[in-house]
Amino acid sequence: MALELKGVTKRVGAIQHIKETSLLLEPGHFNVLLGATGSGKTSLIKLMAGLDPMASGQVLMDGEDVSRLSTQKRNISLVHQFFINYPHMTVFENIASPLKVAGMAKSEIEGRVEEAAAILQLKPMLHRRPHELSGGQQQRCALARAIAKESRAVFLDEPLANLDYKLREELRDQLPELFAGRGAVVVYATSEPEEALLLGGKTALMRDGRVTQFGPTAEIYRNPGNVDAARVFSDPPINTAEITKQGSMARLGAGVTWELSGAAVGLADGTYTIAIRPHHVLPVAKNGAHVQLSGQVQVTELSGSESSAHFDMGSGSWVSLAHGVHPYQVGELHDFYMDPAQAYFFAPDGSRAA
Amino acid sequence: MKTENQKAWFFVLPVLALVAFNALIPMMTVVNYSVQETFGDNVFFWQGLDWFQQILRSDRFHAALGRQFLFTFLILIIEVPLGIAIALSMPRKGFWVPVCLVLMALPMLIPWNVVGAMWNIFTLPDIGLLGYFLNHVLGISYDMTQDPVAAWVTIVTMDVWHWTSLVVLLSYAGLVSIPDAYYQAAKIDGASNWAVFRFIQLPKMKTVLTIAILLRFMDSFNIYTEPFVLTGGGPGNSTTLLSIDLVKIALGQFDLGPAAAMSLIYFAITLLVSWLFYTLMTKDDLN
Repeated sequence: MALELKGVTKRVGAIQHIKETSLLLEPGHFNVLLGATGSGKTSLIKLMAGLDPMASGQVLMDGEDVSRLSTQKRNISLVHQFFINYPHMTVFENIASPLKVAGMAKSEIEGRVEEAAAILQLKPMLHRRPHELSGGQQQRCALARAIAKESRAVFLDEPLANLDYKLREELRDQLPELFAGRGAVVVYATSEPEEALLLGGKTALMRDGRVTQFGPTAEIYRNPGNVDAARVFSDPPINTAEITKQGSMARLGAGVTWELSGAAVGLADGTYTIAIRPHHVLPVAKNGAHVQLSGQVQVTELSGSESSAHFDMGSGSWVSLAHGVHPYQVGELHDFYMDPAQAYFFAPDGSRAA
Repeated sequence: MKTENQKAWFFVLPVLALVAFNALIPMMTVVNYSVQETFGDNVFFWQGLDWFQQILRSDRFHAALGRQFLFTFLILIIEVPLGIAIALSMPRKGFWVPVCLVLMALPMLIPWNVVGAMWNIFTLPDIGLLGYFLNHVLGISYDMTQDPVAAWVTIVTMDVWHWTSLVVLLSYAGLVSIPDAYYQAAKIDGASNWAVFRFIQLPKMKTVLTIAILLRFMDSFNIYTEPFVLTGGGPGNSTTLLSIDLVKIALGQFDLGPAAAMSLIYFAITLLVSWLFYTLMTKDDLN
């Protein structure tokens, strides 16, 4: 089973919600749609599910054009951010509902529901109604429905967003395993870069109704194709600044200069945007991190294992993220050290230069 | 220690007084009549349960009761599915919603005796729009003043016209309270329109439908004004429903004792059927 989008667009009135998008989504791994709220993740899922009409383009399942097929006939599952279960049915009936409408034999329905309920630890709750369950259990019930159905494609639209932190981690760890070996194309929408990295598989970065980059998640993280991709795929936000390249030297603002290395040396002289992840900007000089920056500390956050500091360099605010606990004073002038080898270079039009 | 507070009774008093005057006292008067015989002048003779026995054994009562159940059965079996069907096909949002709602509410706003008079004039074979059209244009012999079947068709049609809206409006209220998310989930489950109706819409409408059926049962079982104005119980006794018969006995023949006994039996039947229906419909919700 493979799910393919060919030149799909969606339009509501004069506004184009989804700009021409082509994607090939395959089973065996998670296909993550990563983008901010409003970037078009849910719209794209609804197009694939057939819940909203497309303005143009084709959706293919295993090469078969399903663009004109109703949602009912596409054999898909969808789990929302909000826990959607039928309130007047028990957990058992909820999980069984797609099987029942498919006309499956009673004994087989029971077997499948039991199996799904066992995987999602819902067995003791099969005879309760959804409103008697906790949020996490309700979402597990919705997931069990998706699993029991054995559909061709499973769409998970920010399924963990409304769960508390602990449940989130627990379910996220289970998710890849839940769908492994089922042969369904799994599409997972999220606004959190960390979630995409944890789930692995492939990631499509979305921005303004457009897929800006698609590929193996780790590869995209390591090699953002454009400045938007770099911005979307970073939390805390990636640090960007304008630099001027002249010969083998780069200059940032008034006083910071360094000697370029690697591919960046070959770039034509001119202005570029560099982007560097917060964990390559450290409060102490280390072997790679040697370009000294200076800024006024604005906000600091200390977690048990990491310290982050937002500092103002005059030309803009950057973030540093380092292991361990660093004593910052808000308002003080502090030195930070950037590892220039880790910087991405983007041309003025946003495309990756080096 | 639990503190005893009798103040609550004080707040219940106005309601008790109201109920006493509009229900309890009139009802006790009826009970009073039902066990006595009177020829006027406020002179009463004790009869015990004679009137009840007489009514329960009377063929006339059995016939009227049979007609009453038939009438109620017919209008329920037409109005409930029809009402649901209309509610399902009404728009859920947009310009036409208020238009539909007002059109639906119109028949219910017309006074009952006016409804009866309207349908009487409408269906008279020689001057009525419908009566004339059926007889003289389509050539169908239709005369509700002569033919019992035509009379029944007319009173049932009139009630359907008058009261289907109630079922429509209540069902519609149930339908619009269903969030879109459930329809979406049902689509994804692969549910057909029938399955959506059977497993989502119908269960969600169950409460309002119970109320609608209960109201329609009670109203149609006690119906008087419209058929009285329309057919007066005729031709013959063919449309003499329970309440029409009751009024004939009480006011026509001035048999106050039997009429009172009949009223109480009538009331007991209405109460019993309503209670049975309500208990059956809400049985699942209790456990």
